[in-house]
Parts: sequence; C-alpha cells; structure tokens
Amino acid sequence: MIETISGISALYIFLLAAFAGYEVIAKVPVILHTPLMSGSNFIHGIVLVGAMIALGHAETTTEQVIGFFAVLLAAMNAVGGYVVTERMLEMFKSSKEKKND
Amino acid sequence: MTSLIEVVYFVAVALFILGLKRMSSPRHAREGIVWAGVGMVAATVATFFVPNLENFGLMIAAILIGSGIAFVSGKRVAMTDMPQMIALYNGMGGGAAAAIAAVELFKLSGHEVTATHTGITVHLAVLGAVIGTISFSGSLIAFAKLQGWLRKAIRFPNQQIFNMVVFAGTVGSGVYLAFVGADISMILIFFILALAFGVLVTIPIGGADMPVVISLFNALTGLAVAFEGFVLNNAAMIIAGTVVGAAGTLLTQLMAKAMNRPISNVLFGSFGVTGASSEEEVEGSMKPIEASDAAVMMAFAEKVIIIPGYGMAVAQAQHKIWEMSKQLIENGVDVKFAIHPVAGRMPGHMNVLLAEAGVPYDRIFDLDEINEDFNTTDVALVIGANDVVNPVARSNPESPIYGMPILNADYAKNVIVIKRGQGAGFSGIENALFYGDNTRMLYGDGQEMASQLIQGIKEL
Repeated sequence: MIETISGISALYIFLLAAFAGYEVIAKVPVILHTPLMSGSNFIHGIVLVGAMIALGHAETTTEQVIGFFAVLLAAMNAVGGYVVTERMLEMFKSSKEKKND
Repeated sequence: MTSLIEVVYFVAVALFILGLKRMSSPRHAREGIVWAGVGMVAATVATFFVPNLENFGLMIAAILIGSGIAFVSGKRVAMTDMPQMIALYNGMGGGAAAAIAAVELFKLSGHEVTATHTGITVHLAVLGAVIGTISFSGSLIAFAKLQGWLRKAIRFPNQQIFNMVVFAGTVGSGVYLAFVGADISMILIFFILALAFGVLVTIPIGGADMPVVISLFNALTGLAVAFEGFVLNNAAMIIAGTVVGAAGTLLTQLMAKAMNRPISNVLFGSFGVTGASSEEEVEGSMKPIEASDAAVMMAFAEKVIIIPGYGMAVAQAQHKIWEMSKQLIENGVDVKFAIHPVAGRMPGHMNVLLAEAGVPYDRIFDLDEINEDFNTTDVALVIGANDVVNPVARSNPESPIYGMPILNADYAKNVIVIKRGQGAGFSGIENALFYGDNTRMLYGDGQEMASQLIQGIKEL
C-alpha cells in the first residue's frame, strides 16, 4: 500500500497547495480567464486516478457500477477539459506570430 | 513499484502547477496546457500499476467511452458555446468525485470497518460527496441554462426557506453517515438530497450571472477531488484538487468583482428584485447614421477603439470586424480593441472569440489598460455591447448597474454604435450613451453593417 499521509502533514499539503493555487492565478491577465478556468477544470480531471482506484477496489456489483460511472465521468472531465482548453489557447497569437504564419 | 508510482504522481503534480503558471501569459499558454496534459497521461498510466487493482476491463471500457464522447464533443463545440461546455465537463468531475465517495460508503455499509476507513477519512468522504454532488447537478443545470434548454430563472414562494430545509436534510444525512454509520437507505437519501440541492440552488440564477456560478462549481469540484484524495490517500489528487479549489475561488471573486455582483447577491438575490428604478428617463434622442458616413469617419480617424460585446458574437460579425480593422490599419489608423471584463459570457470569453477571428492579442486591451485612451480617441465603435458602456453606471446611484466599472466610450470624440434596433439591453436598462451628442447609431445586423463598413472604406 502507498505510504499513508498522516493528519498534520496532510494539513500542510492542503495549506501549501492552496497558496500555490492562489499565487499562480493571481498573475493571470483577464484575457486568459476563460481558458484558465477551462485549464483548471482540466486539472481536477486528476479525479480519474481516484476513480480508477475506486473501481479497481470495487467488489460488489453495485460498487462496480458506481465505479464504472466514476471512471467514465472522470475521463470525460479530463479529456474534454484538455481538448477545449487546447483549442482556445491555440488561437492566441500576437501580430508577429501572425506574420510568420 | 509503489515508490515509482509516487514519483510519477509527484512529477504530474509539478507539471500541473507549472502548466497553470505557464498559462499566465498568452505567449506560453498553450505550452502550459500541454505540460499539464503530459502530467495527466503519466498519472493515469501509472495508476494501472497500483497493486491489488481489479476490474481492468471495466476500467479501460469506461476510459475509452468517456474519452471518446468528450473528445468528439470538445472538438465540435463552437467557441461561442464554450462556457456551457466547461460547465458540463466540470460537472462530470464533480460527479466522479461523488461517485468515488459513494463506492467508499457502500464498502463501509457492507463490510467491517477497516483501518483505512476510520475516523477522519469517512468525514472527508462525506464532505467531498456533498460538494461533488452539488457541483454535479448544479453544473448540469448551468449547462442547460446557457444552452438555452432552460430559459427562465425559476422562482417560487419561500424558495430560500425550502432550499435551506433541503440543505439541512443533506447535512443531517451526511452527519449520520459520518458519525453513526453507513446504511444503504441513508446513503441513497443523502445523495438524492444533495443532487436536489444542487439543482435548487442553481435554477433561480439568471443567465448573466452563470459564469460566476460555473467558476464557483469549478472551485467546488477541485475541493471535492482534494477531499476524496485524502480518503484514497492520494497526494496527486489532494494537491491538484486543492490548487484548483484555491485558484477557482480567486477566479470566482475576480469575476464577481468585474461584474459588480457580490457572490452572495448572485446566489441569493436577483437583478429584477434589487433594481427597481430602471425606468428613469434619459434626455435627448438617438441619432442614426449611414454605414458610408461611418466608414468615412473611421477611415480618416487617427485612433479608433472597437468595443465588442456578446451581440457581435451572436451576429458572428467578429471576422468581418477584423477584416474592416485590417483595412483601417492599412490606411494608417491606430486600431485597438477594448474588452470589458464581462464582455462575452464570461471574463476572457470575448478574447477567445476575437482570437478565433484572427485578431492578434497585442491589439486587445483590458478595461484598466485602455480607459485612459478614450479621451484621445477619434472614434469609439461599439458593436453588440450595451451595459458595459452605459455612463449611468458612473453617474446615477439609483441605477442597478451603478458602480460597475465601464468602458468610457462616451469620452471619445465620436461614438458609433452598431445595434439591431432601439430596444434596451440585456439588463433592460436604458443606455445614456446612445443619447449622447457625440453618438451616432448605425442600425442593423452586426455582420451586415460590418460588410457595409468594409465596402465604404474600400470605396474611398
């Protein structure tokens, strides 16, 4: 089994990650807000990892069915989030880059 | 093997944070999402090697089906529909987090309590389940609203009291699960109440406020993922989820501020109720102009600022407007685009739409960057925007939009407004700008008028 994260270190992780998230976003210009929301939406697609573990440990049929939906939904979150974010960001170009096209 | 998996998770999380960081500048933004994508693929592959997993067939099937649906829909969706698509994918994530909690709770109901399922983790599983489920059903309602499937804001008497009761029921059944024990009927009651609360809290909110709500649900899904990460003892989920939770909360605040709508008002109030005095008279009259005259005005100007609103996107006029701008630039006119934070359907949406039309981002300016420039501008061209250029927001404390930061289009020497007809805007508030002495109205469809302007400039 993976090493257990104990109570207080979990709190530290939580605190530091929250600061990291806050700081990273604080410097983003308004023009990127929509792609950014979409990008952060993609990042919580990491729930896929958890869904896979939950399904992997499922024993009864009920657990398997719910686990299946967890993985299905999580995969949609991750893949959909990536595709739309990439599409949006791909379009942002400066005048210089336009000329090189 | 497990330590290798841990290393992969660590790298994935680092890539997520660096990727988000890269997105803070348009020049590197695309690399940012690619980095995060690499991290996601690595973490997913590594998870297949977690010891003692079963049901690989189901797992692969679910991943393939989910990915396939999302890939096709994500590639097909029009840029104008992007906000509701984000809402939909976000809802999926919330649902996944809730489903993980459901699996854990069902395990508890059927088995002896094991060492990994004691104390704090159960509480966190339930907490994550509440948040994830609300985000799931709420996001689906947000999607339906923006997609136009659910047009009206649904309100009924004593709605807030009713919502409170449902919320109390959700919390109560959650507390029971966390402290007394998980039994199947209580698990079902708990999830049904949480689903209902997500729906109830979202249905009374109007379409204009939806971006704030979507952003809030995005943050909530992040939190739910983090809590389920604690339950599964998975650092990647904890960190990525928390980062999104914090970032999403800040983003929600920024959006609410840009729209001049405190989050509490978005969730518990409404425009129609608070803004009773939208009836006030505006003096003067609207003065029409022909496209050819407007074209002359702009072609001989030194500085033109274009203010696009969602109406432009609805008319699909952004490509024509950029074509016109290129002509003006060739004529030596300094053309800039001014974007209000709430232009489009969510902050930054208009930038995406302009980028799609080919407008380079160095010609696009935020409200703070450009508002000083209007004093020295010859022509401000307003297309499809209304409330965001209404000077009433500066001058009339009675107005529901009073205090909202606006683009000072009225300070320009001349203002040309392209507008379908004479009616009031999205919020139903009369726009004093349209009655200004220096304002001329160009009535017609955005795309059609842009074509006529292009024609007019060509003929000079």
